Amino acid sequence: MGRFIILRVGRALITIALVVTFAFIVLRLSGDPAQNILGPEAPPEVLAAFRRAWGLDDPIWLQYLHYFGAIAQGELGRSMRDGRSAIEIVAERIPITLALTVPALVLKLGIGIPAGVYAALHRGSLTDRIVMIASVAGFTIPSFVLGLTLVLVFAVQLGWLPSGGQDSWRHAILPILTLGIGGAAILARFTRSAMLEVLGQPFIRAASAKGVPWRDVITRHALPNAAIPTVTIIGFMVGTLIAGAVVVESVFSWPGVGRLLVVAVANRDLAVVQCILLLVAATMVISNLIVDFLYGFLDPRLRSAKGHKAAGGQP
Amino acid sequence: MSDRESHFVALDDLTVSFDGVRVLHGINLTVSRGEALGLVGESGSGKSVTWLAALGLLPGKARIGGSASLEGVELVGASPSTLDRVRGGRIAMISQDPASALNPVISIGKQIGEALALHRGLSGTAGRAETLRLLDLVGIPDAARRVHAYPHEFSGGQNQRVMIAMALAGQPDLLVADEPTTALDVTIQAQILDLIRTIRRELGMALVLISHDLGVIAETCDRVAVMYAGRIVEEGTTGALFDDPRHPYAQGLLGSLPPLSGPRRRLVSIPGVVPDPRLLPAGCAFAPRCAKRMPACDSAVPSLAVTWPGHRVACFLEDAVGQERTRSEGVAA
Ligand SMILES: Nc1ncnc2c1ncn2[C@@H]1O[C@H](COP(=O)(O)OP(=O)(O)OP(=O)(O)O)[C@@H](O)[C@H]1O
Ligand code: SF4
Ligand SMILES: [Mg+2]
Repeated sequence: MGRFIILRVGRALITIALVVTFAFIVLRLSGDPAQNILGPEAPPEVLAAFRRAWGLDDPIWLQYLHYFGAIAQGELGRSMRDGRSAIEIVAERIPITLALTVPALVLKLGIGIPAGVYAALHRGSLTDRIVMIASVAGFTIPSFVLGLTLVLVFAVQLGWLPSGGQDSWRHAILPILTLGIGGAAILARFTRSAMLEVLGQPFIRAASAKGVPWRDVITRHALPNAAIPTVTIIGFMVGTLIAGAVVVESVFSWPGVGRLLVVAVANRDLAVVQCILLLVAATMVISNLIVDFLYGFLDPRLRSAKGHKAAGGQP
Repeated sequence: MSDRESHFVALDDLTVSFDGVRVLHGINLTVSRGEALGLVGESGSGKSVTWLAALGLLPGKARIGGSASLEGVELVGASPSTLDRVRGGRIAMISQDPASALNPVISIGKQIGEALALHRGLSGTAGRAETLRLLDLVGIPDAARRVHAYPHEFSGGQNQRVMIAMALAGQPDLLVADEPTTALDVTIQAQILDLIRTIRRELGMALVLISHDLGVIAETCDRVAVMYAGRIVEEGTTGALFDDPRHPYAQGLLGSLPPLSGPRRRLVSIPGVVPDPRLLPAGCAFAPRCAKRMPACDSAVPSLAVTWPGHRVACFLEDAVGQERTRSEGVAA
């Protein structure tokens, strides 16, 4: 188990180093931060001073070394835009994003899982077919199309809800729905197929043969088994809590991490972009570890496989 | 009709179709209290489907006709609560592959305990004690520790012992063992069968043993029914059937078998294959493979008729020779 964690963390660190390097290359080679931040009208001497102050005159490899060295020491740098610490800038946007993504996750779980289970139990029924069609739609319709459609219907046509901004809880409804509906559809599809797979297993019939009422066969025997594959997709959804709302935040002018990322990339504001990428990578890694832990909790076969390896016993 | 009252379980013209294709063509069979009945026949002949249908365990697309009754209570189309009480409580079933018949994420103790709670209202300390007693009974060593283990931590033979313990938990009057040893090593097979025989003797439980191993059937069962293509083609006491099988298919299966006390034998293969249920011949289903086929065999399906008391055969040959044959038991009633 210890070796397992070291391996996982090591792999995560390498991934992060690659991501950060990629960000540096793309942002530093694609444009001039001085020009982007100070604007096209800025006088040449101001631009030169800005470049000197931020070390943008140095050869690119030296800049990379400085940049990477600082990250390695845990120094995430300052925004070239206003000189504030990048961590601070990003940190104040996190709760704003979570205000959308957490309710959206609850929506995905609350609708997706019951819908998937119901569809599996009533295979071939009208509800099953509706769930299947909805989930195909959830897979294929891009979130900005769904978001704009919701705006068109509920904001423009019906006038029930605001189309953008962050002034009240009512502003959050449409972005949450946009995020939640697609995810719920995907989760419903996964849950349905996991459930169908389990319902075809011999131990389900054996439980019935034992006299277990059908309702308990579902809740006690089928669901805990179907939960195992479903956890993978839920873990993926948890991993997108921070960065999964870039498009939706842009559509609804919601000032979260996603919007910050878009603006920072446009400005070539390396420190902020890098800070967000690190945060995203960290969320992914943590959600992966949680999924692994949950697997062990849900599936005794994995639990003892690890135990056996550690003890050097046979499988 | 008297079958229904006097026998523990009576199957009466039981039929099953899947997607409009009939795979079971009217099974008439009874099981008395404490009796051991063997069920043999090639793969696909309907041995499993017969008992799954009786207990309402087939998938929803299966269409079931006829009757299966337990002490006169109809099971075909019975309410879920009636069936749940019968399943495991009156009739328990163990199947071919114990590893996949146990829930992989629930400890074996809990799975046995579930049956105890359902059929005997035992839970808590009493349930735990009874679980340990059952595990002991079926020969799981170190039961107190193993009770918390999961199916994947047991061998195939041990899992089948656990399945048997689970089946016994409801104190059933009939155990249907559907090829209980097929998935196991040869040495383990003998142990599991010994266990089933011992338990049956001690508990006086009736047994339906489905097996391809004729030696095992001969050693274990009082009566044997031979199935072919969804029908029973011959049925009688083990002695009569093994000594003097009447139906050409049964003769093919059993005829060349050494005396009962001899070594075990698997089913001998008869030339030809079992017909596809969708493409059954118009007459006797065995006709294409039958060496004694007559013109009459292609025109109608021979019905299962009493040849002498306690013995039934479905073959036109029996009608022809029935009159002239002289047996001490007398001719067909
Ligand atoms: N769920 C099902 N759907 C469709 N057909 C089925 C189903 N279960 C069984 N059958 C068909 O019913 C017939 C009888 O099958 P059954 O399983 O009873 O055979 P069996 O005698 O038990 O054979 P085996 O010795 O291989 O276990 C076969 O033709 C089989 O294909
Ligand atoms: S009825 Fe005819 S074909 Fe069928 S088993 Fe008897 S002799 Fe053979
Ligand atoms: Mg079978």
